[in-house]
Amino acid sequence: MTVNGWLQIVIFCALLIGLSPIVGGYLAKVYMGERVFLTPVFGWFERGLYRAFGVDAKREQDWKSYAKSLLLFSLAGWLILYLILRTQTLDPWNNYGGVKFYSAPWNVTFNTVSSFLTNTNWQYYSGEDTMTYVSQMLGLTVQQFCSSAVGIAVAVAMIRGIAGRSGKNLGNFYADVTRTILYVLLPMSFIAALVLVSQGVLQNLSHYTSVDGISGIAQTIAQGPVASMEAIKDLGSNGGGFFDVNASHPFENPNGFTNFFIVFMVLILPASLVWMYGRMVGSRRQALAIFTTMFVMWFGGVTVAYAAEAHGSPAQHAAGLHTQVIADSTGGNLEGKEQRFGIADSVLFDVSTTATSNGSVNSALESYTGLGGAVPFANLSASEVIWGGVGTGMYSILMYVILAVFIGGLMVGRTPEYLGKKIEAKEIKLVAIGLLITPLTALFATALAVASSAGRASIPSLAAGGPQAFSESFYAYLSQSNNNGSAFAGYDGYNNPNVGNLHSAGVTFADLLGGGVMLLARYAPILFALAIGGVLAGKRVSPVGLGTMRTDNGTFVVLLIGVIVLVGALTFFPALLLGPIVQALTGHLYS
Amino acid sequence: MAREALRAFVAMVVLTVLFGFGYPMVVTGVSQVIFPGKADGSLIKRDGKVVGSALIGQQFYENVIGANGKVEMSKGSPVTQPDPKYFQTRPSGTDPADNAEYTEFADYGPNSTVTLAALQGNITTYLCMNSSVPYTTCDSKGFSASDTLYDPHITKASQIPVDGVDTSASGIDPDISVANAKIQAYRVAAVRHLSLATVDRFVAKYTTARSLGFLGEPGVDVLELNLALDAIGNGGR
Repeated sequence: MTVNGWLQIVIFCALLIGLSPIVGGYLAKVYMGERVFLTPVFGWFERGLYRAFGVDAKREQDWKSYAKSLLLFSLAGWLILYLILRTQTLDPWNNYGGVKFYSAPWNVTFNTVSSFLTNTNWQYYSGEDTMTYVSQMLGLTVQQFCSSAVGIAVAVAMIRGIAGRSGKNLGNFYADVTRTILYVLLPMSFIAALVLVSQGVLQNLSHYTSVDGISGIAQTIAQGPVASMEAIKDLGSNGGGFFDVNASHPFENPNGFTNFFIVFMVLILPASLVWMYGRMVGSRRQALAIFTTMFVMWFGGVTVAYAAEAHGSPAQHAAGLHTQVIADSTGGNLEGKEQRFGIADSVLFDVSTTATSNGSVNSALESYTGLGGAVPFANLSASEVIWGGVGTGMYSILMYVILAVFIGGLMVGRTPEYLGKKIEAKEIKLVAIGLLITPLTALFATALAVASSAGRASIPSLAAGGPQAFSESFYAYLSQSNNNGSAFAGYDGYNNPNVGNLHSAGVTFADLLGGGVMLLARYAPILFALAIGGVLAGKRVSPVGLGTMRTDNGTFVVLLIGVIVLVGALTFFPALLLGPIVQALTGHLYS
Repeated sequence: MAREALRAFVAMVVLTVLFGFGYPMVVTGVSQVIFPGKADGSLIKRDGKVVGSALIGQQFYENVIGANGKVEMSKGSPVTQPDPKYFQTRPSGTDPADNAEYTEFADYGPNSTVTLAALQGNITTYLCMNSSVPYTTCDSKGFSASDTLYDPHITKASQIPVDGVDTSASGIDPDISVANAKIQAYRVAAVRHLSLATVDRFVAKYTTARSLGFLGEPGVDVLELNLALDAIGNGGR
């Protein structure tokens, strides 16, 4: 570990802590329907969209109506994206380095479409040699906007339920989605894309460039509209990169500044949504408690992973390499990491993207040390509440908050209340089921995958003996069920012998299981979050008394972290033991 | 229900046109006007011909000449090896190395014997190219420190900066560490008949500092460095 490495991390924390309340205040205005500085710019556009959709933005919906709109909107998105990807063969300008890109097989497409609809962005394909520019822009980028807007809309609706003083309405789904896209995602993405291009990220529609290198070796350099996708990919917790190697590609992430900027984009909305919550329920301290919980867990993960990666890997030490910092070299486990990022920036990036449901990476998780790789596992095992995805993190942690209130109430022997609303059997049932769907899906899918020969067909032979092979399978389903999308690379769902999908075949078992897992673990918790919002919306608020358990102090933060860790640990510890923990505890090399 | 479904489809079509076509096109248009070179991949030209991208690593290889004086062939294409007069990029997991059309991770696990074997191979190559043994006589089966042609301080694995033997993430990492470049400078200076001080000066010149002084790690852009060295020719100056 280096002083400069820590300096970057500390400055990053300072910026996040300083700026997220400001953005959060802006978000609160957007969702409470107030005028913001962008209203004069986009107000007419917003009204035009409502007219086009045939929506009365003032008409509020109860949770069932909200959910129905959401599900139909997602279904329409699913079908249109499937159509776009399956007709890729017909796309214009279909010539990439002299190769025509055909459509991927139906099973891989099922997985990819489900992946982008659910904000997961799990990718069995590799972008630059299977996806046309049309698919990347018209298909994938659109869902990166829509799926993240849906996530935020759910969080906002649930918060309205918690904050609501009367009635049972949660807002208007189309108004929430439209306002998210127009006032938040679009302006931020546009500016971010230009900042990225200024540093060297691609943004063009050119053919791939064929060159003769200076020593005469031919090289073809991929091109494309990268920055416009990169920006929303980072802001919207999407994570699906334009290129196969995601944000480690110099054309997605060319230098130390872009890396810092991207990590900031990844965390700013999930962090700001917490402050927005504080505004909407009228208590800054409530937001501070949740923010502190998330921050502490995230920072702990960064520290552990940084120490582990700076220490180096057993394979490096067996090869006789020295992994200490020396003059002019970062040292550490630089396997699968880029020189311009070194150890600190690689760790900051990957820990942040696995904590949020982003899942983009700038270094290969597969090559992380056992302990360093255990941090992404832990992030996922916490069901994406350490910041979490845009919106998804907020509504998930609110479920944990209600659970913590309930457990705390049991311990002190009082009727649990949250923000003056009684937490009763019905809410706890909804919370318990809502929280358990994701981990149960992950575990069942993993069990199926490692116990069946169809599942084991996806485990590659390369460089992954012993516990690593289990880690790969486990991580694949953990990542897909948490709608994260990062991978311990190597788990196969797609065999693509030629560039451009020619004669390629999907692995039906892995594709369908993964796609189903993503859909279930996305939409079921959404329904429960909305239902909880709906139930709480109608509840009367009782005044705060001496006996009320505080939910805005340090004790509650500790309780909340305890509940999150306990649920995650009880669910996943046996499985984690078989993979990353074994690797972290041993210097043994497996073949 | 039918009305709601129709609304969903209309909304999705409208959003697809706006954000799948309008948004990327506007970003492309603005980028092409304000940052034309950057938006097109930071391509570098020599004598009017594009030779690569400043952001993308490439192979600096030469054909292997067999015992009969002819270029060695394998399966119809010439066998190549790293060209000692050029600084070399980091090991790459793509096929072939530094493939900027089809990137992929090497996926070497931390506790794998496959990783160990790959590292050992990379270490041998690195020592052959940079230790006291002249590269052209180095046999991958073993070597002995007898000559002082290249860096005399490098004789074993523990002295190699990790970036010289660990595979990069993208497989097209354009940079190497300054420590790595300073070692390779001995070889490049010897082969090009330049003084070590001259080559070191070039290394310093093409070292990219941390962004804003503290973000990221310093690195040496290998393509730009090699181009600059080619530009001064092989005559010692």
